Amino acid sequence: MSQILGRIHSIETCGTVDGPGIRFVIFMQGCPMRCQYCHNPDSWDYDNGKLMSVEEILKQYDGVKEFCKGGITVTGGEPLVQIDFVIELFKRAQEMGIHTALDTSGVLFNLSGLEKIDELLEYTSLVMLDIKHIDDEKHKKLTGHSNKNILEFAKYLSGKNIPTWIRHVVVPEITYKEEYLVALGEFLAELKNIKALDVLPYHNMARGKYKELGINYSLDGIEPLTKEEAINARNIIIRAMKAKKKN
Amino acid sequence: MTEMKINSKSSTFDFVGGKWQNEINVRDFIQKNYTPYYGDSRFLAEPTEATLKLWDECCELFKKERENGGVLDLDTSVISSITSHGAGYIDKELETIVGLQTDAPLKRSLQPFGGIRMAETSCSSYGYEVDPEVSEIFTKYRKTHNQGVFDVYTPEMKAARHSAIITGLPDAYGRGRIIGDYRRVALYGIDRLIEDKKAQFKSLEGEMTPDRIQLREEITEQIRALKEMIELGKIYGFDISRPAENAKEAIQWLYFGYLSAVKEQNGAAMSIGRTSTFLDIYIQRDLNRGLITESQAQEMIDHFIMKLRLVRFARTPEYNALFSGDPTWVTESIGGMGVDGRPLVTKNSFRYLRTLENLGTAPEPNLTVLWSTRLPQCFKEYCAQISIKTSSVQYENDDMMRAVHGDDYAIACCVSSMVVGKEMQFFGARANLAKCLLYAINGGVDERLKEQIGPKYAPITSEILNYDEVMDRFEAMMEWLAELYVNTLNVIHYMHDKYCYERSQMALHDRDVKRYFATGIAGLSVVADSLSAIKYAQVKTIRDENGIVVDYETTGDFPKYGNNDDRVDSIAVELVSKFMNMIRKHYTYRNSIPTMSILTITSNVVYGKKTGNTPDGRKMGIPLAPGANPMHGRDTHGAVASLASVAKLPFEDCQDGISNTFSIIPNALGKDDVFVGDLDLDFDIDCGCCEGTVTERSSTYMTPLIKKSEKASEKVDTLNKL
Repeated sequence: MSQILGRIHSIETCGTVDGPGIRFVIFMQGCPMRCQYCHNPDSWDYDNGKLMSVEEILKQYDGVKEFCKGGITVTGGEPLVQIDFVIELFKRAQEMGIHTALDTSGVLFNLSGLEKIDELLEYTSLVMLDIKHIDDEKHKKLTGHSNKNILEFAKYLSGKNIPTWIRHVVVPEITYKEEYLVALGEFLAELKNIKALDVLPYHNMARGKYKELGINYSLDGIEPLTKEEAINARNIIIRAMKAKKKN
Repeated sequence: MTEMKINSKSSTFDFVGGKWQNEINVRDFIQKNYTPYYGDSRFLAEPTEATLKLWDECCELFKKERENGGVLDLDTSVISSITSHGAGYIDKELETIVGLQTDAPLKRSLQPFGGIRMAETSCSSYGYEVDPEVSEIFTKYRKTHNQGVFDVYTPEMKAARHSAIITGLPDAYGRGRIIGDYRRVALYGIDRLIEDKKAQFKSLEGEMTPDRIQLREEITEQIRALKEMIELGKIYGFDISRPAENAKEAIQWLYFGYLSAVKEQNGAAMSIGRTSTFLDIYIQRDLNRGLITESQAQEMIDHFIMKLRLVRFARTPEYNALFSGDPTWVTESIGGMGVDGRPLVTKNSFRYLRTLENLGTAPEPNLTVLWSTRLPQCFKEYCAQISIKTSSVQYENDDMMRAVHGDDYAIACCVSSMVVGKEMQFFGARANLAKCLLYAINGGVDERLKEQIGPKYAPITSEILNYDEVMDRFEAMMEWLAELYVNTLNVIHYMHDKYCYERSQMALHDRDVKRYFATGIAGLSVVADSLSAIKYAQVKTIRDENGIVVDYETTGDFPKYGNNDDRVDSIAVELVSKFMNMIRKHYTYRNSIPTMSILTITSNVVYGKKTGNTPDGRKMGIPLAPGANPMHGRDTHGAVASLASVAKLPFEDCQDGISNTFSIIPNALGKDDVFVGDLDLDFDIDCGCCEGTVTERSSTYMTPLIKKSEKASEKVDTLNKL
């Protein structure tokens, strides 16, 4: 059987914000979404990146495993674009006792093609699910895609009781609105598998990259979310979750 | 308990006795008497009103100093000595620890023994003029270190200095890097130290070899310095001939020892040693007896640290350019583990770090935590907390250095480790390996000056560089450089001992001191990447009209140092070991032990200016990477991979230290308190934090905070294992 190769955007050996502990983070190349705030627009294109085998990646990990004790995180880009590669990687990693985290938007989830997903989840220790917007219309505007698959995926993960962190970027004027945050909280309240809520305040540090790539940055004029606002957003979501649970 | 030999009336009487009573042995005193502390930082006290007021006054002075172009005042006629000035204060009523280098705070002293020209230029750069009489004395009648060196330098040494293949040499300024055991002043009192020195003097009779004559003369000078220290105490109204009897005296006595050093030596690094746990013994005793409160203890430490922040030297703008500022390198080593497995962390280790909060952040004193994986968890957390808050803490690997030096060593400057009072080093600046590579290619012709500086070896004539050929030439050129470098340093240290001897610091050392002969290299990552480019890509030479290679054209990619890639990291490792072994081949002054460092933290900028285009693609004038760092932007696999490359460098061949400058924004150290981990709504349902405003007291707010500090300390841990 020929070796599966993955298109890798880059590797970060000191990842401290993408899952528990210090982690070996693999940024996969290629993403169908076009989130307006994406801070890795250079990872969108399907054809860029460096081709690497699972072997090569695990060898690199082995060289720093003393320090990356948290485990391996696969993010992107959108990892599910290269699901065969990720399955192989996670399978091998778990055999070696390495914690595996999948950071995904879930946009490629499809109830009609569960076989691959199930196989991947078998080897996944933690899913970090990025819910971009709870309102479908706004989601389409923000990312170019419907959130239907994503919310389905969230429920599916709950059904299978896969440990999941919810990540949610809060952007002034776009998601930093009480009604959306409450709606998100109420949606999350229905899930049984949520281990953490990671509210990510929007920042505009990627603007330079857009300029370099010649891509229009559509959020110009929107200020970064302050920490106070992020705490406030988090509280609104959690409050809504609790209120819903009580009922 | 054995009977005390030292002053039996003294209150040192109730310490646990031991070898320290019969010999000068501060370590033994510490081991027998210190109290390890495993608790957290909650015991710490806020700054007192006096501290705040005093520090405000200092800040006002700092402001004036800045407004005045960087120097507040300079002494132009009084030659600085231990007793040259009357008492000086910031605000006498408020100060619990007293003593200044001159008679006024921030007034810089005149220290011409290193070189009169340096002293004159330091003054004239800031609009002052050295008293003509002083200039005359130090030109006509009293030779300086600088003059001594230049009386002996060979034309080759001068040329290498001129082209900057050897740079930053301490031939016109104080070499520093010597740490007096200032704790001895407090523990024994000066009388006892003089007694000991007299016994040493007597032990050196018999055949008068040059070595013995030199040592006898030095010990006589040391005794003279000790006597002057007693006078210094008297100037401020203290009798330091006897041992310190309480915490305040212990800090004060120790500080007088240090003050004597900085009054006499304008050294490149004037580090203070490892004092916090020693002083804790006195503070803990006073606390136990109810003589002082925690607030008073913190106040004394705050005031002591404040004094260290006021240390100033007269220096030239060129000197400041080389060192990127006006550093004094008052390094204090904190923590570490004892060889018996107990941590050398005490409450006073916390108090020292606390000054960064009480007084605000500052680069000096350079608080350096001797990090071990086995340090108490609470201390690790406090270090992480202070690091995140102030970015002012340096970390060094205790687990590695303890194996070489035991548990009473300290750091001089930024990474040079030495056993306090038993070891010293001859500071040796560094050789520029990047330039050496260019010399190898151009047959000893300097690429900037277009002059023959190195030996006229055959230059490389091919258009495309061949790895084996370049390595061959490079090794020959490194041999030349190593020999010239060591010989130049031999001249420097001979003359420094002769004309600018550190008598007050050496008075606080044993008789038979282990001397390290420190050398250093700059440009390691540039050379490693250049050789990697030559080996794995294609490097074409570009020559000027005279055939000198002035630039390079590289085709193809090549592995770069800083990505945990053995193909290039092994080149760096090999370079380090090779050059160190070349250094080892040569005679070193006073049978000192050669060591090497890779630690250009600041001067790499100046070295870069003087180094032409290099085969790795770096352009002329671009700074070399600091220390053992990868070149800026070439480490593309994150911090761990970058540090893993650095960690491969062999410590046994870089015993004077390997530095890696690592900046990270606190947010990149982990999630902050926006993050809610361990989310369990069923359990958490009545938790107050989610009922509106979040306060610091609420539990889920705190949980992530603690997580973060754990993470941060884990991170520090990681750095240290490297």
